Amino acid sequence: MNDLTPPTHDERVANLKGMGHSRKRVEDARFTQGKGNYVDDVKLPGMLFGDFVRSPYAHARVVSIDTAAAMAVPGVLAVLTAKDLAPLNLHWMPTLAGDKQMVLADGKVLFQGQEVAYVVATDRYAAADGVEAVVVEYSELPVVTDPFKALEPGAPVLREDLAGQTSGAHGARRHHNHIFKWEVGDEAATDQAIGEAEVVAEEMVYYHRTHPCPLETCGCVASMDKINGKLTLWGTFQAPHVVRTVASLLSGIEEHNIRVISPDIGGGFGNKVGVYPGYICSIVASIVTGKPVKWVEDRMENLMATAFARDYWMKGKISATKEGKITGLHCHVTADHGAFDACADPTKFPAGFMSICTGSYDIPVAYLGVDGVYTNKAPGGVSYRCSFRVTEAAYFIERMIEVLAIELNMDAAELRAKNFIRKDQFPYQSALGWEYDSGDYHTAWDKALKAVDYDGLRREQATRVEAFKRGETRKLLGIGLTHFTEIVGAGPIKNCDILGMGMFDSCEIRIHPTGSAIARLGTISQGQGHATTFAQILASEIGIPADSITIEEGDTDTAPYGLGTYGSRSTPVAGAAAAMAGRKIRAKAQMIAAYLLEVHDDDVEFDVDRFVVKGAPERFKTMKAIAYAAYNQAIPGVEPGLEAVSYYDPPNMTYPFGAYICVMEIDVDTGVHEIRQFYALDDCGTRINPMVIEGQVHGGLTEALAIAMGQEIAYDEIGNVKTGTLMDFFLPTAWETPHYTSDHTVTPSPHHPIGAKGVGESPNVGGVPAFSNAVHDAFRAFGLRQSHMPHDHWRIWRIAHDLGLHD
Amino acid sequence: MIPAAFEYHRPKDVGGVIALLQQHGDEARVVAGGHSLIPMMKLRMTDVQHLVDLQDVAGLGGIQVAGEQITIGAMVTQHMLINNADLTEAAPILKEAALQIADPQVRYMGTIGGNVANGDPGNDMPALMLCLGATYTLTGPNGTRKVAARDFYEAAYVTVREDSELLTQLTFAAPKGGYAYEKQKRKIGDYATAAAAVQIAREGGLCVAASVSMTNLSDVPVWSKAAGAALVGTDCGPAAIRAAVDAALKDINPTEDNRGPVEFKRHVAKTVIGRAIARAWSRS
Ligand SMILES: Cc1cc2nc3c(=O)[nH]c(=O)nc-3n(C[C@H](O)[C@H](O)[C@H](O)COP(=O)(O)OP(=O)(O)OC[C@H]3O[C@@H](n4cnc5c(N)ncnc54)[C@H](O)[C@@H]3O)c2cc1C
Repeated sequence: MNDLTPPTHDERVANLKGMGHSRKRVEDARFTQGKGNYVDDVKLPGMLFGDFVRSPYAHARVVSIDTAAAMAVPGVLAVLTAKDLAPLNLHWMPTLAGDKQMVLADGKVLFQGQEVAYVVATDRYAAADGVEAVVVEYSELPVVTDPFKALEPGAPVLREDLAGQTSGAHGARRHHNHIFKWEVGDEAATDQAIGEAEVVAEEMVYYHRTHPCPLETCGCVASMDKINGKLTLWGTFQAPHVVRTVASLLSGIEEHNIRVISPDIGGGFGNKVGVYPGYICSIVASIVTGKPVKWVEDRMENLMATAFARDYWMKGKISATKEGKITGLHCHVTADHGAFDACADPTKFPAGFMSICTGSYDIPVAYLGVDGVYTNKAPGGVSYRCSFRVTEAAYFIERMIEVLAIELNMDAAELRAKNFIRKDQFPYQSALGWEYDSGDYHTAWDKALKAVDYDGLRREQATRVEAFKRGETRKLLGIGLTHFTEIVGAGPIKNCDILGMGMFDSCEIRIHPTGSAIARLGTISQGQGHATTFAQILASEIGIPADSITIEEGDTDTAPYGLGTYGSRSTPVAGAAAAMAGRKIRAKAQMIAAYLLEVHDDDVEFDVDRFVVKGAPERFKTMKAIAYAAYNQAIPGVEPGLEAVSYYDPPNMTYPFGAYICVMEIDVDTGVHEIRQFYALDDCGTRINPMVIEGQVHGGLTEALAIAMGQEIAYDEIGNVKTGTLMDFFLPTAWETPHYTSDHTVTPSPHHPIGAKGVGESPNVGGVPAFSNAVHDAFRAFGLRQSHMPHDHWRIWRIAHDLGLHD
Repeated sequence: MIPAAFEYHRPKDVGGVIALLQQHGDEARVVAGGHSLIPMMKLRMTDVQHLVDLQDVAGLGGIQVAGEQITIGAMVTQHMLINNADLTEAAPILKEAALQIADPQVRYMGTIGGNVANGDPGNDMPALMLCLGATYTLTGPNGTRKVAARDFYEAAYVTVREDSELLTQLTFAAPKGGYAYEKQKRKIGDYATAAAAVQIAREGGLCVAASVSMTNLSDVPVWSKAAGAALVGTDCGPAAIRAAVDAALKDINPTEDNRGPVEFKRHVAKTVIGRAIARAWSRS
């Protein structure tokens, strides 16, 4: 090709690097060279540092706090306690779940690691020395770390501030440590179906407390400019606009005077959605001192005190006919929320979307009841898509299916296939009130079973069991199956809001005169690669190469309002906003093209990167030419410029799904496992960037591996965190991570502008039951029904031991 | 995770180190690779007011393999142990064990002297030195003395080394026969749930000498004389291994931690020791 040969259609498509193209991530050049710009890289003249005195006790009265010695440490400028914050009414703050939380210990502490005092100093070292020098006298109180014990009549009263309050943000409270009861579905009909059933399986499924442990911990820099009255807040925020609004409501500073900036974020996973005491204290300290104040957690603080995930005790009953057709599902959850209810669930959903717990199955009648409970543990319940509870729901149903298969003496793959919602049933109304948008589960399932030679694996497993019984091997083989259905993309304003803020998202596009563009969104990437993939959506929609589109997020002074990035909502919501804004650009471009080509608007059509005259493709105007004309040519009846904004309120959630199969070898003597094969088929609808999807899947599966096989936030009976460092908290490295085979089917979402459903969390949701089911399956032949995660060495050993497999 | 303030010293010779240790008493500590000590300082679990860095001290490096005798300087890193061809030839168990310590980043910094002097029952090198019958050279204000590794450890973090003494080198005879260092850990960078070092010498079909030691199964590294004795004169078949394992289990006293309860650790120890013996025998 030379300059005179016009590019072919295919060449023009390739040049755009639009949807479907495995475009390399534009972010990686700076990340892989250590050139990212994270909160801790923000350095301002005169900046001070804050650090917390934290409670060593899980439950204690704070008798006194003596700050004199700390104030004498060279470099220490101030020590804030609840007494200092009280006059500003900032010693407590509202949580995103409608509860309130202490910013600094107000009379008592409720969990180990709770913030007690905030030391401000000229450098980090002085601040740490100041923290050591603060003398706090505590008087210990009885501790409850078990949510069932917390609900006993004589249990210690944790939240004295709620004394006498018989109802909370989500209705009635029946006990001093009870937060809410949330119910969905028809309990009477469910009980009846289960009562009349031929086969019933019952099990308690515990999804333990864990933590996403992002590489970058939480932190912020607050800078109050007393001259212009503006507060700038850099922080590790997954939802910068929400932080701005909350900061304004709390501080009384008008919202236009607050600028929140999320720079590069080193992983979030929900850990960075909430508002932490560190942010409030840093803002106050900056206002008091007139200097910028930085606060960055260390790893132990991050693990001990910031948003955890899970801690759900799920009691299930599932019933079926003798042939294995499911007739009913009953689920009751005892939800351990820790000391404060600091979840980030949509207001009407105090247990998130746990009601997706009917999973991929056509279950005629179901009931879900959730009791939220206070205990002496850290608040949070936001991470790993925890507030949406989809992960818990998927684990619950995928365990219940396995238990039912045991009860029916049936193959678990066959049981699933018997009960899948059929392709022709979509849009499908679930018994617990959701409308599943689209799916083709049988096709995905068959593809997955064939890919791993499922029947062959089962034969090998049977042979292995025989060999084990004859004493020829000490290793068992487990085949872990999962077919999960997610619910993501929160969400329609009619039923989804956080603190009253509707969960729409937004995109604003400006096309520059020379045909490149900038687009800003209300979301914020934490590693998902938005700068790469959103540009691809726009490239396909507008016809400008992705490489010529800058994506900008995270600065509330420039980005349009949005609810941020978590819960796999960016593509379903902001991605849709991008497509819709792109279409507005295209509509105007069409008018301009028609004018330039001297034909009627309807006589031109969009073709990859240009508008062509219908039937005369040699007559065209490229988007580049149109952009130039938009700014430089007077066009009657058309305003100059080429810009668009879209605020997208999704009509429904999206329902990605997938089929995962894990093949695992287990050494019954040491409890050591080896993952021989992991096959992951994801259907996330239209695929924007296959390579980015694969990256997301690998990352999420590795998180799932960690959660299922060892990661936990464990407490002892007096509330000490036993897993507060990376020595005991399992974070897999390349060494522990197996090889993954990823695959896909494509069932677009019918209501999403580009048919995309979101994939960020699917592997975490589907991976955990796949790993866990593999462990359970290995021992099925020896009578195992249920054993709680994490399946670390000693717990697997314990299974074998209890089944009598050790001599 | 920020240590308290401390004074930093960087002497050039052993004499300078000893003088500083004498001057500051228990307020002073030497730092070698820092990968055990610095985390403790950052957690403020160890109070060190004078940190004496050994990096510039002459005469603490080097690996010498001279005939039957092997000498390793205290400041030799785990990385160097892995990459020294002469050492691997003469005592391959060092490489096998060192490769199971932490990760490459830690091994570039961590030294054998620090590892054996630390007194942490989780460290891997002490059990290895017990297995090999190594001798440590300690230099202090009153000169130099030699202590058998098997007599060095008294309790967790308590050794016979005086505060003012420096461990300068380790010596041992080149081992004969087959070897194995078998370690179970939860993940990369973790200390052992249970680990065993075994050296076995064979003549014809019979074991003529055996040494068995264990890591992280008591508050000190454990050398089980009885386990070794149980193997000598046998064909190291299943019955002999069982007898040796039973003997070794009598010498340990594991405690419960996040790695698991005592019963589990004893079971893993049994498995790991058995596997180490079988592997060492197969290589003998
Ligand atoms: C993530 C991580 C994982 C690890 N995993 C393992 C593991 O699996 N197995 C294992 O064995 N180790 C492990 N370690 C520890 C590592 O091997 C250390 O480097 C080693 O234990 C100590 O060596 P060092 O040179 O770093 O000693 P330092 O930390 O400098 O010193 C340790 C102690 O020994 C004293 N000391 C040091 N040198 C001398 C000397 N010459 N004479 C007298 N006293 C001395 C110091 O005063 C200090 O008390 C791990 C460390 C980390 C950070």
